[in-house]
Amino acid sequence: MNEALGYVHGLVGWAFSLAEAYDVPSLIGAGVFFLFAGLALLFACGVVFLRNVVHSALSLTATFICVACLYLSIDADFMGAVQILVYGGAVAVLIVMAIMLTRRDDMAHSNPSRGLWQHAGAAVVSGLFLLGMAAVAVLSPFQSAPQPLGDAAPGLADLMLSHYVLPFEVAAVLLLIAMIGAILLAKGAEES
Amino acid sequence: MDILNMMMGQGVVSTLADQLHNLFMLLFDNAVVAGFLMKCVGIGAILGIISVAAIVFTYGERKVCAFMQVRIGPNRVGGRFGLLQPIADMLKLMSKEDIIPQGCDRVVWALGPMLLFVPTALIYAFFPFDNGVALADVNVGIFLMLAISSQAVLPFLISGYASNSKYAFIGGMRTVAQMLSYEAPMVFSLLGVVMLSGSMRMSDIVNAQSEQLWFILMQPIAFVVFVISATAETNRVPFDLVEGEAEIVAGPFAEYSGMRWALFFLAEYANLLSVSILTTVFFLGGWNGPFLPGVVWFGLKVLAMVFVFMWFRWTFPRTRIDQMLAFSWKILLPLALVNVLFTGVGIYARQWM
Amino acid sequence: MGEYGGLGLFFLVALIFPVSALIPAFLLQPRQPTKEKRIPYECGVDTVGKTYVQYRVGYFLYALVFIVFDVETVFLYPWAVRFGHLGLFALIEMFIFIAILAVGLGYAWKKGALSWK
Repeated sequence: MNEALGYVHGLVGWAFSLAEAYDVPSLIGAGVFFLFAGLALLFACGVVFLRNVVHSALSLTATFICVACLYLSIDADFMGAVQILVYGGAVAVLIVMAIMLTRRDDMAHSNPSRGLWQHAGAAVVSGLFLLGMAAVAVLSPFQSAPQPLGDAAPGLADLMLSHYVLPFEVAAVLLLIAMIGAILLAKGAEES
Repeated sequence: MDILNMMMGQGVVSTLADQLHNLFMLLFDNAVVAGFLMKCVGIGAILGIISVAAIVFTYGERKVCAFMQVRIGPNRVGGRFGLLQPIADMLKLMSKEDIIPQGCDRVVWALGPMLLFVPTALIYAFFPFDNGVALADVNVGIFLMLAISSQAVLPFLISGYASNSKYAFIGGMRTVAQMLSYEAPMVFSLLGVVMLSGSMRMSDIVNAQSEQLWFILMQPIAFVVFVISATAETNRVPFDLVEGEAEIVAGPFAEYSGMRWALFFLAEYANLLSVSILTTVFFLGGWNGPFLPGVVWFGLKVLAMVFVFMWFRWTFPRTRIDQMLAFSWKILLPLALVNVLFTGVGIYARQWM
Repeated sequence: MGEYGGLGLFFLVALIFPVSALIPAFLLQPRQPTKEKRIPYECGVDTVGKTYVQYRVGYFLYALVFIVFDVETVFLYPWAVRFGHLGLFALIEMFIFIAILAVGLGYAWKKGALSWK
């Protein structure tokens, strides 16, 4: 019994020392990041290339969730929760409903592929955008925090209600205007 | 598992968990492996709780219904009390043909019930079943929990859309209107609880109730608003407009049969359990209580809440959709907002005195 | 293995669990699809016209009003956590914030966006 236990301990210890030697923990961290980043990109491509526009919208939702998982994987938990609540829970439903609101005969081919010129144009524009983003990513002096943020929400509250009070109240006014605008537009659609 | 969690844990379940962790440490002599295995045990336990709850609640609901309607209820399969009825139901559902409706959106149609299960199960990770017993007791617990539970809307909508049936489509639309409308007052009613406990961590909220009073006494308005919106969020009578058998056949589930249909009901009963747990954690003091171990108190309170929700179901008639939506936006939401203001003034006054 | 690692693991398991529930049913069930069985259920009456008729804008209006309140909660929850430490100024600030949104709710109410017609 003790021999078997010792054997298991030895095996686990050896495996972990090997893992330490090859820096597996940080590899796993990077792996999680690239997994979710890759999935987000995959679903984003789905938004563009899927034939059915409802499928595109669902793919967009999956992209939102993957981005939220990215936030959670770097312990930015409040950001992750906001992303899930606002984008995954509300915006996604709004988009899917808006699509269903439009009148069409058949959903199956509602997101048709355009001609060659549009493809070429899209490729050029996305290439330029990618270059621009890469330049920003390389040139900006990013600094990572020395340790995880921990509980971010109270700090946010302190900043929001002391230093950033004006933007905070402006945000409220902005929300109000958005709501009034949305109601005006939707009411107009209902009456016509 | 967090060392902090282990040290704080004095309840029965957390002691057991410590023992198990020690066993894993003895076996593998490695904290990472032991932690991983503990997470696996926790996940298995949660899935077990959900499955058992679904089985027990289908039976319990029929018996409660029978009791309220002065009937006997299930009494054929498995002795006088029909104890094997849920097993018979499950076997029946498993052996039913899986009918795929004509002209449906196959992939999305199949994904609907499966995706519905994910948010329903995931929120169990945040529930503190006993002192120091939660799969993920994170510091934005309540907020992340609300965010994840809001994901249940879209699966309903897409199953309604993908079924290629008018009843299912109307049901999907109703789901959105109803679940979104009642999510707003639910989220706002919990603000008062967060203000009183000063933390979004679930276990802190329970601990705050052992220091102060149970929040049902300090937040009676929030309690009422929360329980009503929770009933609506779980799509149960009197707010079961989503299914509304007499109106739209079965709403989004109309075109599902066999096990796929059972998945919807697994999610529904998991939701019933989770809103009961949430009511217990936020308003009834969680695991706090004299004499008995914490987890027993927790279980008793949760079962009492489950009974209350079943009682609602067999007492109230179904509301009309216009009444129901107006009730949420014109009564519950303003009430929840007023409750936030009252709580704010109350806390400030207490500090000032 | 942090809290979110456990959550991620649970996410994977929760994705697989429904599939594992469907597999035994898939093995057990009979398969006799007939044309009549597969047509959309409408109480025995043949369905008329397209399924995806345009639904009423009313459903969409609720979603629109909801999203504003959803964003508001993002601001309110951090405030609620810090409430005990922030003092009178923050209390008044937040009252103004809620009052502005209550105006929005009142507007939606008055415009009939919240009533079902």
